[in-house]
Amino acid sequence: MSSGVSDPLGVRVEGPSPAMAVAVDIAKRAIWVLPFALVIAAGFWGADGVWSTLYGLAIVVVNFLLAGWLLAVGGRMGAAAMGGAAMFGFLLRLGLIMVAVLAVRNASWVELVPLGLTLIITHLLLLFWELRHISSSLAFPGLKPQPTPNPYLPVHDSVHDDDDPVVASPTAP
Amino acid sequence: MSALSNAAAQVIAQAGETGAVDPAAAKATAGAGSAGFAYGLAAIGPGIGIGYLVGQAVQAMARQPESAGQVQTTMFLGIAFTEALALIGFVVFILLKFV
Repeated sequence: MSSGVSDPLGVRVEGPSPAMAVAVDIAKRAIWVLPFALVIAAGFWGADGVWSTLYGLAIVVVNFLLAGWLLAVGGRMGAAAMGGAAMFGFLLRLGLIMVAVLAVRNASWVELVPLGLTLIITHLLLLFWELRHISSSLAFPGLKPQPTPNPYLPVHDSVHDDDDPVVASPTAP
Repeated sequence: MSALSNAAAQVIAQAGETGAVDPAAAKATAGAGSAGFAYGLAAIGPGIGIGYLVGQAVQAMARQPESAGQVQTTMFLGIAFTEALALIGFVVFILLKFV
């Protein structure tokens, strides 16, 4: 496959995969979430809740890492392969989560309520945290919201700093 | 639905043998079938959403290959958010079925 207009579906993502970087970043954030989740689980469900929360958080982290890895592998092959990896990866990961939960549902240390709540809450919490980080991170400057100068306001107003390059050299008409 | 029909047929067959329908067994059978059916329904929406999202992302990468990295980052987050819907459906399924 070659990248370019002649083969648009063969566009490759060269270099380190952004999806894998995001997944690893989410996994690092899960370490910070872990103690709070364990304390809450211990308070409501005891030791079984702690083990179930640990297991649920591990499922969430592995799910993110697997998703990032699949997208990274697909991205190296081409855009079409990445699309296929995203679609079939969704089915694969749902199946793996289902197997992982059903395999331990009768175990003595499993409480299904904290396990289910951990799956949903930590998944969404980590995603919103990462979304907030990405939107303001210099690692992906294209996603960072930039202050846009208002053409109807004077350049030297009290809100903007004179050193702000966007205000100092406006490109907008 | 075939699994639900088979389970219901099994309950009816047991009722034919014993002469009465066990309400608890019938309720458990209906609950299990409904929970599985609800999980299947809950996975349809995210499937459609992820398909649309990935299609648009691939199109964006084909149009602007230089921004493929940013598109991939956004796509990853979008997939994860959409997948949360399926996760909620799965958790509701296991809570209805086993709790």
